[in-house]
Amino acid sequence: MNIFSVMGEDISNFFQQFGNDFYLNFVKNARWKYLVNGLGVTLKVTLFAVLIGIALGFLVAIIRSTHDKAGTMSSLLKFVLNVLNFICNVYLTVIRGTPVLVQLLIIYFVIFASVRIDKSFVAIVAFGVNSGAYVAEIVRGGIMSIDQGQFEAGRSLGFNFAQTMWYIIIPQTFKNVLPALGNEFIVLLKETSVAGYIALEDLTKGGDIIRSQTFSALMPLLAVAAIYLLMVVILSRLQKLLERRLRSSEK
Amino acid sequence: MKNKEPLKSFNPDTDPLISVKNLQKNFKGLHALNGVSLDIYKGDVIFVVGPSGSGKSTFLRCLNRLEEPSGGEVYFEGVEITDRNVDINKHRQKMGMVFQQFNLFPHMTVLKNMTQAPVKLQHIPKADAEAEAMKLLERVGLADRANSYPNQLSGGQKQRIAIVRALCMKPDVMLFDEPTSALDPEMVGEVLQVMRGLAEEKMTMVVVTHEMAFAREVASKIVFMAEGQILESGTPDEFFNHPKTDRLKQFLDKIL
Ligand SMILES: Nc1ncnc2c1ncn2[C@@H]1O[C@H](COP(=O)(O)OP(=O)(O)OP(=O)(O)O)[C@@H](O)[C@H]1O
Ligand SMILES: [Mg+2]
Repeated sequence: MNIFSVMGEDISNFFQQFGNDFYLNFVKNARWKYLVNGLGVTLKVTLFAVLIGIALGFLVAIIRSTHDKAGTMSSLLKFVLNVLNFICNVYLTVIRGTPVLVQLLIIYFVIFASVRIDKSFVAIVAFGVNSGAYVAEIVRGGIMSIDQGQFEAGRSLGFNFAQTMWYIIIPQTFKNVLPALGNEFIVLLKETSVAGYIALEDLTKGGDIIRSQTFSALMPLLAVAAIYLLMVVILSRLQKLLERRLRSSEK
Repeated sequence: MKNKEPLKSFNPDTDPLISVKNLQKNFKGLHALNGVSLDIYKGDVIFVVGPSGSGKSTFLRCLNRLEEPSGGEVYFEGVEITDRNVDINKHRQKMGMVFQQFNLFPHMTVLKNMTQAPVKLQHIPKADAEAEAMKLLERVGLADRANSYPNQLSGGQKQRIAIVRALCMKPDVMLFDEPTSALDPEMVGEVLQVMRGLAEEKMTMVVVTHEMAFAREVASKIVFMAEGQILESGTPDEFFNHPKTDRLKQFLDKIL
């Protein structure tokens, strides 16, 4: 026997083994559906959580920077603003000071304990509320980075505070923080992989279910990792594209 | 908030358009304005000059309460706008302001920059506002830039747009804070030309500037400020040729 035929045998063994494993993990009993359905759940949770996160983040950021900028207003308004600002600060401190998994478990087992509720809804709420705290700080930084002159120009034309925010400050902020929001989306996509702790069948859980059925870890988990990676690469590309388009709209 | 009505009927031909009474402004212990009083009548072109840090910008910005006065009053068209209960946004619509740094909105085209406020605040139909904006753009020779974004424009062009943006609100007075100080020298002329046109049309203007030759040419009255006070005011002739205070004489020696 020469060395080539040994290698050839190994290679053909390898392919045979690979084929068997592939069949066992993905084809048999239509196990691939765990991954496809899981990916669907992961994307759904991420997408809606990001939307909640952006809405909540902008809201908190606007409250906080309004509080910081507050010039002339009635004392009642000032009091309301102080209360809102306090609530926002508590929210930011608690959310950013505890692990997202703990938040998820608390929301599922404590807050929604007594109601039968769709698990993906719980995950959306938990990750959305979590993301909002990080988005809020991104957006606040974005608002602060806008030249004070923009604000003054708006006010000097007769726009009130809210109108100046809405027509002048927020659109510019949005453009500035878009890259950071894109990152937040990517981070969240990966963070949702702990949703299996509340038995939500997301992508990670899907791979894990296959593993527990086939007793082979390598292939389902590698597949899961590859799918996450692919998603992240695609999202990064989209993000770059969007940024470039936004930038060229001003050129 | 409701609009406070003038106590007596305001007559724009005999009453001051803006009346400033004993205006004070403190910045954490620093007295930027120490009792400034001034009457500005319709058609006046008031130039405010003085050394750096004398309170010129602070004074101008107190007129539309971009800076909140610490004391004193500002009356605009007979209404005390320093009254906390007044809807200042309403009055600001009638007081155009032009900044040293232009402050155009970078995310809007030139046309949008100009029409946003009239459309949203005065509920003028978009088409009408755009027609009006185009007319103004033609007047300042920038009609071809209507669809440009601010960062495609030169400094001089930006400032001319900033002026016509304020004019779109049909203001009763225009406030300028060093409109040419951020410009390259070769662009100063085109902005002054626009301001000269406004003065000729009898637009009421308050201008903070270091352009002394321009002040001499178009001012109806020059106000000299130092240490948060008006030390002297008069016609360009009185100001340049017959200064009364030593402070002004020193100032003129230094700059002329
Ligand atoms: N926002 C602020 N906070 C603290 N101090 C301020 C503020 N704005 C102005 N001042 C101070 O008030 C004084 C008057 O400033 P102001 O800007 O009105 O002067 P100016 O006459 O416009 O000067 P310049 O010719 O340099 O523009 C200065 O001592 C300045 O440092
Ligand atoms: Mg100044």
